[in-house]
Amino acid sequence: MHIAVEHLTKRFGAVCANNRLTISFAAGQIHGVLGENGAGKSTLMKLLAGYISPDEGRILFDQTPRRLRGPGDALAAGIGMVHQEPLDIPTFTVLENLLCAAPPGVFRSQRAALVALQELAERLGFLIDPSARLDQLTVGQRQQIEIMRLLLCGAQVLILDEPTTSITAAQARALFAALRQIAAEGRTVLFVSHKLEEVAELCHTVTVLRNGQVVPPGQLPMPQPQEYLLSLMFGEVGAAPPIYRPLPSIDAPPVWELRHVTVRSGTLQLTDLNYRFAAGRIIGLAGLDGSGQQVLLRLLAGQLAPEQGQIVVNGRDLSGAGAIAFRRAGIEYLPADRLHDGMIGALSLADHFALLQGKGVLVDRQAAEEAARQAIAEYQIKATPITPIAALSGGNQQRAMLALIPPDARGILAEQPTRGLDVASARAIWNRLQARRDAGCCVIFSSPDLDEIMEYSDEVIVCFAGRIGPPIPRALLSAGRLAELIGGVGFDALVATAAS
Amino acid sequence: MREERLQPLAILTRPLLALTAAFAFTTLVLLSTGVSPLEAYRLVLFGAFSTPVRLSDMIMLAAPLLLCAVGLSITFAGGLYNLGVEGQMIAGAIAAMVPLRLWPDWPPLLLWLLAGLSGATGGALWALLIGVLRRYAGVSEIFAGLGMNFLASGLVLYLVLGPWRRRTSASLSGTDLLPLELWLPTLDRLRLAPAAPVIALIGLAIVWWALTRTRWGLEVRAVGLNPAAAGRLGIAAARRMAETLAACGALAGLAGMIQVVAVHHALIPNISSGIGLLGLLVALLARADPRWLLPIVVLFASFTVGSIQLPLTLGIDSAIAGVLQGALVLFALASRARR
Repeated sequence: MHIAVEHLTKRFGAVCANNRLTISFAAGQIHGVLGENGAGKSTLMKLLAGYISPDEGRILFDQTPRRLRGPGDALAAGIGMVHQEPLDIPTFTVLENLLCAAPPGVFRSQRAALVALQELAERLGFLIDPSARLDQLTVGQRQQIEIMRLLLCGAQVLILDEPTTSITAAQARALFAALRQIAAEGRTVLFVSHKLEEVAELCHTVTVLRNGQVVPPGQLPMPQPQEYLLSLMFGEVGAAPPIYRPLPSIDAPPVWELRHVTVRSGTLQLTDLNYRFAAGRIIGLAGLDGSGQQVLLRLLAGQLAPEQGQIVVNGRDLSGAGAIAFRRAGIEYLPADRLHDGMIGALSLADHFALLQGKGVLVDRQAAEEAARQAIAEYQIKATPITPIAALSGGNQQRAMLALIPPDARGILAEQPTRGLDVASARAIWNRLQARRDAGCCVIFSSPDLDEIMEYSDEVIVCFAGRIGPPIPRALLSAGRLAELIGGVGFDALVATAAS
Repeated sequence: MREERLQPLAILTRPLLALTAAFAFTTLVLLSTGVSPLEAYRLVLFGAFSTPVRLSDMIMLAAPLLLCAVGLSITFAGGLYNLGVEGQMIAGAIAAMVPLRLWPDWPPLLLWLLAGLSGATGGALWALLIGVLRRYAGVSEIFAGLGMNFLASGLVLYLVLGPWRRRTSASLSGTDLLPLELWLPTLDRLRLAPAAPVIALIGLAIVWWALTRTRWGLEVRAVGLNPAAAGRLGIAAARRMAETLAACGALAGLAGMIQVVAVHHALIPNISSGIGLLGLLVALLARADPRWLLPIVVLFASFTVGSIQLPLTLGIDSAIAGVLQGALVLFALASRARR
């Protein structure tokens, strides 16, 4: 089925995720869709699969406009989407999952469904036991089952969102073979990825999204030079010479020391981490969403306990200790979602300072309000001591969160510290973080913004598909090289050099 | 500025709307049964204040109700739905019976103190079991609480029919009455035991102070609003949750003790009489704001006591008080919905 979108626009608040997109995908081909985080890939796919509806523009299937009322409606129209994490019912068997999710009338009997499933599995080269329970299968197998379910329910267009993130290399090979077969049968495959090499191997065309728009307008036939695609994804990489700042050598013990640490969160596992994070530097974690940066930050904050290995904070072994112990050891964690797990929206800045007072039965209101007033003046927060945090703007909330960091903190973990902030607010936040660094803190931050990583890091660590690279001094890194590493180009070589 | 001047009016519109809707709904129910709504309302709203006997009955219902509602306002502040309050009241009543049965010859004042202490401890331990189930078995406090309510009902039934049965014969109407000198002293010829409302008001004052003035109260509210952020700020969230449950259980246990020594003067199977659940309605309506608890408790208790006369004078069931209470909470919650 040929699908096309015309002037498709979708806004989330002030953010325009898809900005008058016009693009079409021909039948019988595999189409790669590339773009950095927040480029609008997922939004476009969700629009096509009926999960969200557009603000403007229209979607055409075989030249006929169609308004999708939901994912079920989209599947009836022939569009099926495979999500990054499986969306199925874990305690069901393969066959039950297929039957319960099939629209009425697709299968005449359980027997017919079983036969159809086995036939399709054979054609696609998948090895599936229809009576196995889904929670006993790997993510890759569940993905195969999901693909087959969508095809059996009549999908003519298959959308895969980052399908290789949490599956093995062998499963990825099987997946690619199956996708080629599906396309050869005349169906359309949309393959969303940030891994350039996979797109080069698999796709017939590529569409690059950047800031909600297609760059350059229209599809490109594959193959394309890698550097060209990178420059499309990340913009022209500026060649500004880095400002080299010699890192101070500090005799104090490292703020964090990881010894053979293995940690797991969901389907992502980081193995054998060995790092010493010294005081007095800013370390940027670069990588596409879900490559492991967040897991590393949460490990360092004590929110995730290592499965194996030791984590030493300021010379004390805190393996397995909770987040409160890490906090007492001088570690401060600033989450990206400020109101979700950063601060308490209904309470005021004074209330937060009162919570931090820590001693005595009664709340010392006066001291708390005085501390809040000082923070407001020093950090230029636009608020009164008793304004609820939820009523502040994003930049002011972020400044408030920084102001709440105790003066004796040794390590600051900041997840996307300037997310959603304008340039001036972001600048102000970085002034504060740099002042903390100069005062002897180790600041580790993650950011999807390569310019931010390049501008503020003393060292950069690249995360790629659940693997954490070695720290690279900022002075030895160019923006182009960083973009390559994030896409996995040369990542193995980097890790190998560091190990030897 | 303009907006600020409009605010007091805007704050009042929604509760007034809810009040009107609740009465409209109850009126419809009354009309459908063919009785005069005005007559029924006269009894329900003012019946409790018509004679000293009824007034004293109302106060004796309001005292345990206030204790439960005050306790629930702590758990609400901590973000927990303690549906197990009914069971905690029963556990408190059972625990309060223990010293009264063991040492009936001891001085009454000492025994009342012991019964109060034991009742509060029993209720708190019963509530802590919910906290343990939540923390270590991942059971929602709502289901754990409901389950523990059944367990408590079963336990009290077993005691009344088994080990603590009447000397004459086991009876569902309860254990033997306590010796007269162990009844909490009442005002002349009324059933009003002044100690009960005094205990309840002291409980209200302490909890109001703790929630609004102490660091513990601030921490509990922080945990209730956002446990993840509270944890990031260094508050032991799980521990605070357990403490709120224990505090609520202790107050419910005190309510159970009052039921034993001041209302029923025995352990009866229906010792909690639905007071805990009514307390939930009060706490929901008061939005866990301690300032509203007392007026709403008095209102609800007077509805219940006033409606007792409905079957005698109008020939309809007294459950209409429950309809009115339920409708008030329902429409108040609906009026608070964002849009």
